Amino acid sequence: MEALSRKRIDEEKVSLDSDEFMDPETLKLEILSKYPPKVARKKAKQIIVNRKETEEKYPEIQANVRTVPGIISQRGCCYAGCKGVVMGPTRDIINLTHGPIGCGFYSWLTRRNQTDPSTTPDGHNFMNYCFSTDMEEREIIFGGEKKLRAAIQEAYDIFKPKMISVFATCPVGLIGDDVHAVTREMEEKLGITIFGFSCEGYKGVSQSAGHHVANNGLFQHVIGLDNTVKEGDYKVNLLGEYNIGGDAFEIERVLNKCGIKLISTFSGNSSVDFFANSHTADLNLIMCHRSINYVAEMMEKKYGIPWFKINFLSAGGMSRSLRKIAEYYGEQKLIDRVEEVIAEEMPAVKKAQAEVRPRLEGKLAMMFVGGSRAHHYQEMFREMGMIPFCAGYEFAHRDDYEGRQVLPNLKVDADSRNIQELEIEKDPERYNPRISAEEFEALERNNIKLRDYEGMMTDMPSGTIVIDDISQYETESLLKTYKPAVFCAGIKEKYTVQKHGIPMKQLHSYDNGGPYAAYRGAINFYHEIDRMVNSKVWDHIKAPWEKSPELAARYTYQS
Amino acid sequence: MKTQEKIEYKATSNACKLCSPLGASFVFRGIERSIPLLHGSQGCSTYIRRYLISHFNEPVDIACSNFTEETAVFGGGANLKLAVENIIKQYNPKLIGIATTCLSETIGEDVPMILKGYNKKNFDENFPEIVSVSTPSFSGTHIDGFHSAVRAVVDSIAVKKKISAKQINIFPGMLSPADLRHLKEIVSDFSTDYVMLPDYSDTFAGPLWTEYQEIPEGGTKLKKIASMGDAVASIEFGRILAEEESAGKMLESRFNVPCHSLGLPIGINETDAFLKALETITGKPVPEKYIQERGRLIDSYADGHKYVFEARAVVYGEEDLVTGLASFLSEIGIIPIICASGGESGLLRQKILDIIPDAEKIGIKIIEGADFVEINEEAKKIDPDFFIGNSKGYRIAREMKKPLIRVGFPIHDRLGGARIVHVGYRGAQQLFDIISNTIIATRQDTSPVGYTYM
Repeated sequence: MEALSRKRIDEEKVSLDSDEFMDPETLKLEILSKYPPKVARKKAKQIIVNRKETEEKYPEIQANVRTVPGIISQRGCCYAGCKGVVMGPTRDIINLTHGPIGCGFYSWLTRRNQTDPSTTPDGHNFMNYCFSTDMEEREIIFGGEKKLRAAIQEAYDIFKPKMISVFATCPVGLIGDDVHAVTREMEEKLGITIFGFSCEGYKGVSQSAGHHVANNGLFQHVIGLDNTVKEGDYKVNLLGEYNIGGDAFEIERVLNKCGIKLISTFSGNSSVDFFANSHTADLNLIMCHRSINYVAEMMEKKYGIPWFKINFLSAGGMSRSLRKIAEYYGEQKLIDRVEEVIAEEMPAVKKAQAEVRPRLEGKLAMMFVGGSRAHHYQEMFREMGMIPFCAGYEFAHRDDYEGRQVLPNLKVDADSRNIQELEIEKDPERYNPRISAEEFEALERNNIKLRDYEGMMTDMPSGTIVIDDISQYETESLLKTYKPAVFCAGIKEKYTVQKHGIPMKQLHSYDNGGPYAAYRGAINFYHEIDRMVNSKVWDHIKAPWEKSPELAARYTYQS
Repeated sequence: MKTQEKIEYKATSNACKLCSPLGASFVFRGIERSIPLLHGSQGCSTYIRRYLISHFNEPVDIACSNFTEETAVFGGGANLKLAVENIIKQYNPKLIGIATTCLSETIGEDVPMILKGYNKKNFDENFPEIVSVSTPSFSGTHIDGFHSAVRAVVDSIAVKKKISAKQINIFPGMLSPADLRHLKEIVSDFSTDYVMLPDYSDTFAGPLWTEYQEIPEGGTKLKKIASMGDAVASIEFGRILAEEESAGKMLESRFNVPCHSLGLPIGINETDAFLKALETITGKPVPEKYIQERGRLIDSYADGHKYVFEARAVVYGEEDLVTGLASFLSEIGIIPIICASGGESGLLRQKILDIIPDAEKIGIKIIEGADFVEINEEAKKIDPDFFIGNSKGYRIAREMKKPLIRVGFPIHDRLGGARIVHVGYRGAQQLFDIISNTIIATRQDTSPVGYTYM
């Protein structure tokens, strides 16, 4: 095993001192030894040294299982996934939290999603607002439906929105408030679309459950409301792109340049008007597979829109994805245009890469984030000459790690069964398969894989480490053992990493930076990582009077 | 609870309050080798961690009993015990502070009952203290969770050993780590021993690590908390808190430790009262250092009052913070034209009137149970000069093109929230300089000339 990993790492042109570089398997055992036996047995299946077992097979990882109580995880809840992640970035829907004040407050504009209200005629933008029924003790005792009704009415009277959605928090399900009945009643009364999400925080094992609930809600209540067919060629939807730090704007710029018409993004820089009309697109492109693949599958079944996975993060990923779209359509005009755009964009990218590479070559990067981002960013690091050595997701499922071929064999546990799987049938009028079975096969032969995602692990070299739902303690072990040049995660890990004097990049909210998507985004990212890794602040950690860190530690201890 | 008949329901838009388990987490992080454990869904601990982390720019571990749907139906006892066990194995803490959430409260979990049969037998040694506090987020705000946790800690740990400890108990309330450091400095300068609860001055504001720290060093020592019943006196800050069943009052009724209830020592008047109380309790004169600090502060008031007087400020935050800031602002001639809080103790109006008796005549608007939409509506009528409060007021300030001076919690759009000194003459000096310069800068920026000379 060790030899194999060394070999891979040599291929990646890294020189790691063989005595100092701990074998990942040894580290795994060290980590597990600290846990109680039962926890260790569970965790052993979530900490995987990645290696190809055969040409086709990668090791199995356990994912999307409950976090053990008392093990501090970075995961959020069902409500967070539904309201915060999927529905939060849409500007012109009123998102009303039904519950005590905490949940609404904590999900109030903390994700740095950007939006441009000038592209919808009414200019509505409620993203700066946080609406809550602010349930108090009397509602917990006597029920909160009256207050919910009043809150919907109030929101309608003040803002005259096109749409209102209601999010159930933990106590709501328990006291028996029926958000669906109340929203149906208010929808009838007010004549606008109003619907509810049963996204109580205790459902599922992480925010992933909330993504699914949100997908279901959007599909049942919003997608398909408006049949207007828009002008333009190559009409696509972009799924699972949330416009953090303006990523979607940069992607839109490049798509526009290629002449690809974006009907709707789910849900970065989005409007409910775009969602309502999204079933008129020809093709669904998936960025974040975890949070949004349900919508893609349901749209294919009901409307006949095919989907495939793309990655617009990193210049290489962007170019490959654009070429894939062009080949899917198979029209020379588009193929040529895409090549022209790539040729126009790449010189600046190459220049930036050449500039940072000498300072970053061979350095280790680690990324533990999301349900797809930990995969998307690996190519970005490779473009800088860095090695994505350890990676993992917070809330992903096995298919995000190992690829969708594992789906038929996935065990559905009690936690996942609690999340509704919608039964989808072909729409009697609007079902229109965009490609025939023969065309599908021809594309497959041409290596344009539809309905597929190969997962993160297959894209990582042997000898790398993959950890699902990484705990605070495991993070510490990785930092201590491998001293990466940069560690990527979210706000919760940020300061632990920085306490060790290791640069940390937030890949959820981008530390006030971005965009990082597409070409200009990649250039931004290269420069930012270069500045962080090579910053002079790290030179000052040791004071001139400190002979050695051991001495300093002893001094602290003695005093 | 309010009366049942004729309830006028109102939604909360852009709340000016957070939920009570957050306040409890604050307190438990301020005790030596302590881990907060929220009894509820993991979203609660994750959201609260995120809020504390983004304000303090520090790692904050908060454990959780990770309710699932099944737990919500059948009860969380097993999860809670498992969480306690795993925390002990990983962190070896001296204290586990359990706070409930709206989820566990709604299903009626009785934490002390769950833990009753669960004892040290399972562990050979190092079984930590366990303190639990009821903090349903549907009742009160984060500040209520804060004070309840302080009370719960004192209730279960403080005893009287009948040895006069010659020490003072300090209950600072929800201040910044820099504030806590400054308060400790002041009390130390009276050459007096003290116990401050909570004390997150190190745990929420520490240096880089030379070694991995499972739990950041610092926090009130458990031994010291145990000795609180032997103190000569308690000082407890918060004019609103003074009306409630507080930890200080508990020590007074249980162990005859006299409790001095003071306002948060923001500005000259309230700081004077604090130093006077220390003088009374210790019998020692105010150290020269503070006489000098006070003198410099007054000198700067004399120099600067003309630039700030009659400026009108919108003040918002916890009720006690608002009361403290209103006291400070009014003594430098600034009118706290709107005093708003999401808190609903029903006491804010009276406390502001105690400080500024002619508040209503001047047109000061006091809003209890406020949200930012209400604050916005009132602010628009008034056209204030600046806003003072946490980051959440930014949107209104931006819309009205007025400066926002960030104080209190949460501050997550600037660095240094943990380093703001609000209290003492030193805090007043810093606030005074920031406020004066903000007003001067606004005048400079809006002047057609842009003078660089005053």
